[in-house]
Amino acid sequence: MKRGGMKNDVRTVDERSTGGTSERSGAKGGARRPDPLPISQWPLFASAFLLPPRFTPPRVKNDRRYRNLDKYRFVFWFLSIPLVLYAIFVISPFFQAFYYSLTDWTGFSSDFSFVGLDNYSRLMDDPTFWQSMRNSLFLLVVAPLATLAMGLFFAFMLQAGGRGKKNEAVSGVTGAKFYKIVYFFPQVISVAIIGVVWAAMFDPITGPLNEVLRVAGLDSLTQNWLADPNIALWCVLFVLCWMFVGFYVVLFSAAMGAIPKEIYEAALLDGARRPTTFFRVTLPLIRDTVHTGWIYMGIQALDAFAIVHIMTINKGGPGDSTLVTPVYLYKKAFDSGEAGYATAIGVLLLLVTMAFSVVMMLFSRRERIEY
Amino acid sequence: MSGEKHTMAATETTEPDTPEQADAQEAPTADPKGAGREQRGQEREGGVLNAFSGGILVVWAIMAAGPLVWVMVNSLRDSGDIQGNPFGWPTSLSLENFVNAWSEANIGQYTLNSVLILAGSLPGTMLLGSMAAYVIARYTFPGNKFVYLLFAGGMMFPIILAVVPLFFVLDNLALLDTRPGLILVYIAYSLPFTTFFMTSFFRTLPSGVAEAATIDGASHTRTFFQIMLPMAKPGLISIGIFNFLGQWNQYFLPLALNAEDPDRAVLTQGLAELSVAQGYEGDWGALFAGLSIAMVPILAVYMIFQRQVQQGLTAGAVK
Repeated sequence: MKRGGMKNDVRTVDERSTGGTSERSGAKGGARRPDPLPISQWPLFASAFLLPPRFTPPRVKNDRRYRNLDKYRFVFWFLSIPLVLYAIFVISPFFQAFYYSLTDWTGFSSDFSFVGLDNYSRLMDDPTFWQSMRNSLFLLVVAPLATLAMGLFFAFMLQAGGRGKKNEAVSGVTGAKFYKIVYFFPQVISVAIIGVVWAAMFDPITGPLNEVLRVAGLDSLTQNWLADPNIALWCVLFVLCWMFVGFYVVLFSAAMGAIPKEIYEAALLDGARRPTTFFRVTLPLIRDTVHTGWIYMGIQALDAFAIVHIMTINKGGPGDSTLVTPVYLYKKAFDSGEAGYATAIGVLLLLVTMAFSVVMMLFSRRERIEY
Repeated sequence: MSGEKHTMAATETTEPDTPEQADAQEAPTADPKGAGREQRGQEREGGVLNAFSGGILVVWAIMAAGPLVWVMVNSLRDSGDIQGNPFGWPTSLSLENFVNAWSEANIGQYTLNSVLILAGSLPGTMLLGSMAAYVIARYTFPGNKFVYLLFAGGMMFPIILAVVPLFFVLDNLALLDTRPGLILVYIAYSLPFTTFFMTSFFRTLPSGVAEAATIDGASHTRTFFQIMLPMAKPGLISIGIFNFLGQWNQYFLPLALNAEDPDRAVLTQGLAELSVAQGYEGDWGALFAGLSIAMVPILAVYMIFQRQVQQGLTAGAVK
């Protein structure tokens, strides 16, 4: 994306919305026509541009430039409202973040000074930051692997795991529809609810997880799930997978359903068994979907904010064992009043996200299979 | 960033083949029971695999639904009973927990807050997103491609990076910790995907109807609201479900931008708060009742419209 272009356009939008439109719109009308609009007419046309059509004076309406003016007026008004909102709340904070990351701003007072790259060099020596980054990277690598593998397995079972009844090459297991509905449950309920529910599930005394183990006579396996620094991060990983497996089952089922049955038949005729069919036929044919899903899951795993913030002890504990970078950023910004430092963390997080996307792009396949 | 789901490339979703549809197709070549074929080994392998995979499918179904069912059952039990034994059936049918959750734990207020926010942000998102998408998709003007990329690029960047400056932008506009502020932020952060999705949707619509309307003298605005928007209904439903769930389940933005006044907290904040408070008070019953209040309506609506919901949420990820 062109950075310079973006800035220019944002400025134009601001100019337009603050009423500096008169020359621009007039110039626009004039530039598109062979005969330029006389300067004396500009205010009239400009006001027609800014006001709703019903207030357009007949003098302008009957002008043959009106068609164009009408079109651009529509385009301008329809775009300006979403764009202004977008510029104020999304684009401007995004660029401000880069600037604030170079200051020692606390976030509490309005005065701050420019400190250059101090925040970044401090980050390099911040063990807590590196701990959070290690946890985030762990999730980034493992969560997509586990979730996509499970999603693929379940989707393949649902689509092609059934007994080949009624003379078919492939068929889903009985109740495939039911499984898809149930697996998708965690996707429709809020992450906040999921965090609270799983915190209760993992509770060592009143939680069902340990209770199940106790009833099964596996007392030795009961754990202080979220209080044990060696296990807590795995619990976060598990909940992340639990949330998203259903999404990928539905996603991959749809992609697998789009594969023509003839391909499976051909594979079966050639004597391919199910694992072979999966790895040689299904997986290559839905590779694009898997790839997109991988990027998406990676971004979700890099975030993991709500789960860690709600579910874990002390929002990232015990110790810093489940602290992920977004939670660390949040704590720095809103708890300890280091807004400048927090935005520097954000910039690094963005770099990691972009690096991840770039790596994933390198793995993307150039040619596509049409079927 | 925490709650936002599924910002991916958008096109149409493909229908998953349901078993019924699959049944309709005939594939005579592959009858496992077909005589004279060397299918016996395969059949046996299939049997073992079926038992194994069937088992795993059931286990995961229990894993996915179990915690939710557990919460719902416990919401009907006495707090003391829950403390003693996490499993068990309600001894007497009492709605006391729900009354406690609704009034004392303020879940009613939080639900109302969420509804009020959504009442503004969801129509706003749909309207503004469609407006921008329509103009981008169907009008040529200088900067068209650029505006499109501006919105599409917004899907990539993380809210967490922008949240600190956003906090102060809202503060300066006196919108921090207010409903209008949160509504505007929800709209702004839903715009990229909504616009992106709707743009590709408007591009697929035939242009003939709009041209006919123009010839009949309909203004651009009227063509949009009375012709194109109704035609875009399937797309609007998908993206509407997507935005509804995304905004209703949003946790991060309200936490950062709406934390001042506990009475203004939205449902997700309230539940997280309740779970902390329950740690001190030990009122598990109210917590489970609150969770049930929050998830049962959503799950019910999902079960009724599961196909649309699944399509809406996976919208665009399938090419």
